[in-house]
Amino acid sequence: MTHTAIAEQIDESHHPSSFITRYIWSQDHKVIAVQYAITAIFVGLVALVLSGLMRLQLGFPDSFDFIDPASYLQFVTMHGMIMVIYLLTALLLGGFGNYLIPLMIGARDMVFPYLNMLSFWMYLLSVLVLMSSFFISGGPTGAGWTLYPPQAILAGTPGYNGGIILMLVSLAIFIVAFTMGGLNYVTTILQARTHGMTLMRMPLSIWGIFVATILGLLAFPALLVSAIMMLLDKLAGTSFFMPAIVSLGESLDYNGGSPVLFQHLFWFFGHPEVYIVALPAFGMVSDVLSVHARKNIFGYRMMVWAIVAIGGLSFIVWAHHMYVSGMNPVFGFFFATTTLIIAIPTAIKVYNWVLTLWRGNIRLTTPMLFAIGFIFTFTHGGLTGLFLGNVVIDLPLSDTYFVVAHFHMVMGVSPIMVLFAAIYHWFPLVSGKMLHTGLGKTHFWITFLGTYAIYLPMHYLGFLGVPRRYYSMAGTDFIPESAQTLNAGITVSAIIVGVAQLLFIINVIISLRSDKKAAHNPWEASSLEWQTPQIPPVHGNWGAKLPVVHRWAYDYCVPGAVDDFTPQNVPVDAAHLSEGEAEGDRS
Amino acid sequence: MPTEIDKAPAHEEGSWAEVASDWSADKQTFDLPWGKVMMWIFLLSDTFIFTIFLTAYMKVRMSATADWPITSEVFALTIAGVHLPLILIAIMTFVLITSSGTMAMAVNCAYRGDRKNTARLMFVTAALGVSFVGMQAFEWTKLIVEEGVRPWGNPMGAEQFGSVFFMITGFHGMHVTAGVIYLSIVALKVKQGKYEKKGYGIVEITGLYWHFVDLVWVFIFALFYLW
Repeated sequence: MTHTAIAEQIDESHHPSSFITRYIWSQDHKVIAVQYAITAIFVGLVALVLSGLMRLQLGFPDSFDFIDPASYLQFVTMHGMIMVIYLLTALLLGGFGNYLIPLMIGARDMVFPYLNMLSFWMYLLSVLVLMSSFFISGGPTGAGWTLYPPQAILAGTPGYNGGIILMLVSLAIFIVAFTMGGLNYVTTILQARTHGMTLMRMPLSIWGIFVATILGLLAFPALLVSAIMMLLDKLAGTSFFMPAIVSLGESLDYNGGSPVLFQHLFWFFGHPEVYIVALPAFGMVSDVLSVHARKNIFGYRMMVWAIVAIGGLSFIVWAHHMYVSGMNPVFGFFFATTTLIIAIPTAIKVYNWVLTLWRGNIRLTTPMLFAIGFIFTFTHGGLTGLFLGNVVIDLPLSDTYFVVAHFHMVMGVSPIMVLFAAIYHWFPLVSGKMLHTGLGKTHFWITFLGTYAIYLPMHYLGFLGVPRRYYSMAGTDFIPESAQTLNAGITVSAIIVGVAQLLFIINVIISLRSDKKAAHNPWEASSLEWQTPQIPPVHGNWGAKLPVVHRWAYDYCVPGAVDDFTPQNVPVDAAHLSEGEAEGDRS
Repeated sequence: MPTEIDKAPAHEEGSWAEVASDWSADKQTFDLPWGKVMMWIFLLSDTFIFTIFLTAYMKVRMSATADWPITSEVFALTIAGVHLPLILIAIMTFVLITSSGTMAMAVNCAYRGDRKNTARLMFVTAALGVSFVGMQAFEWTKLIVEEGVRPWGNPMGAEQFGSVFFMITGFHGMHVTAGVIYLSIVALKVKQGKYEKKGYGIVEITGLYWHFVDLVWVFIFALFYLW
């Protein structure tokens, strides 16, 4: 069987003409990416509002009649699940993965565009199913985003009838959507790179997305299986996760199941999920830092291997979420060790980001500010992770605000920082317009400083033993009065940060409506996505002929080169490198 | 300066060196069609699904409070007055493995360009798949109607026995059913000559899925029925 070499492939893409085929039933990866992004940002705003409501209750208890204990738990649950799965996973992989993969590796589209389109529509369906649970009687589930049985499906938990069923069904649909997209991403990266684009010349964004997608394809099965089993427990009366139990004075029909099994399955998915979110963020932030520091990324190969190592290790650390489940201390020791080992590749990455900045020609643009902000928030969140990874420290801190502060810093705020960096960075490519710098920087400073105003005090509350997921602290004698003051302060900061996100939305609207076109390559980046004939790229991306890649993606300020950046598709001799300084040959 | 880097790296001697040069090559990591690579990755993901199902089953079985029913007795049939343990399952396994054989022959015919026999063998494979699902339906009916096995309980012992049985064989049966539909569509298109231009790689891709489903059954057979 003969294969046409990809680079010689002529543009055979079917170019849609009508509005509907172009923007609605589109098979173009760029349109699908934007569809993913808009949907994800919309549900993300819902989740943001939910967190605001939770904060109102915590900061000013008994002031808001419409927040009762049940709805508080529902807010907690939906906030967590939406943010982790439907915003972060969908936006990073469905949004940026879709947009960047073909452009950065020099392909015309994903390898199976139709499947890619289906992926988005299934994702939209999963979002609709999830959102519908707000409108049924009993409301969405209030089981916490971890959905631990037995409580998730028993009377006493809000939404134990309709809400939990819709949640599990929605997750199953999401997994189908993710699988369709994920197969496309992995196959495209492996098989459809353009001439000269070896794996070790791919930008780190692609490496992050690539490894994260593989993690997703291997970890989501655990969530799918546990969702099926819990649905059966709920609907068919099986006892996979349900022990013999007395509920509301009544002995239930369940018998002999294992709730801890669910925890294992959930976290076998849940921990890689952290890295499904983090790895694309790691990759994209590396690219943003390198472009705006006008310096090659420090230790590219180490960065790649660190991504791969983190991905591999993420499958053998899951039980560090379960130290309090009563497991054998030997396992605790094992999982604490593997958890701490992950700090090594992660620290390599942090050092390399900092060393990329070192003596760089830093341009403090809006994306750069967010990227540097990420280094701060991620280092903070990562360091508290080292505490929590140890069994003896985790036990007293488990289920306190310390944990809440930790995971919000490390996998809430940090990926969001990168997402904003990425949006500000790639917005000119996607839309052909620049985002306003003044608004952007204001947005950054409020978000960044606000983040610290919210989460630093939470570490302290956690040391005091303030438990997470509590509707009200009334009647807990060990919590001093002053904790309430701190909580009110956190709420005020949270509301300010939440409202400040409007700046971003206003910025997007203003920029889209303005007539001012962005420059062709406004950040002077050398990676391939900026080298398309048109900005924004049209269907088929590359015009008549695919680009040929001659170098890695990080040729900034190469001594002897004509420009301070050399795009990946510039031939070696055209860049006028003198013999001794041939930095271009990185194969 | 000659652009050495634009040439595909030469294959070096030794398998590891070849692996390394494949992975560091530009364009394609594997010299395979896109669809086949995607099927392999999908099967890897699906392997995780079944592995987790089976692992969960083993954990459930270990922590069940009641005794686990003796599977060779539950799945025994009395044919012509002879008591035969696991006879139906043995036949089902035989049928499914046979279907893998006919599938392999179909792939062989496809690569030789023998359209007629390819389609014929694929239909035979699909028919064997249908008979497998049919026997499974018989088994389910017998267990539900005659033995009184339900997802939430059964007269023989631990209630998780029924739950696991229906869940895992049901999920596998859905895979077989999907495979039968997939096979039939591809076989029909092969018969109509729709792949003359594109080539018959699709037959092998379909075959990959079918062999996978058979392989999974071997594990279910070993871990659920024989244990």
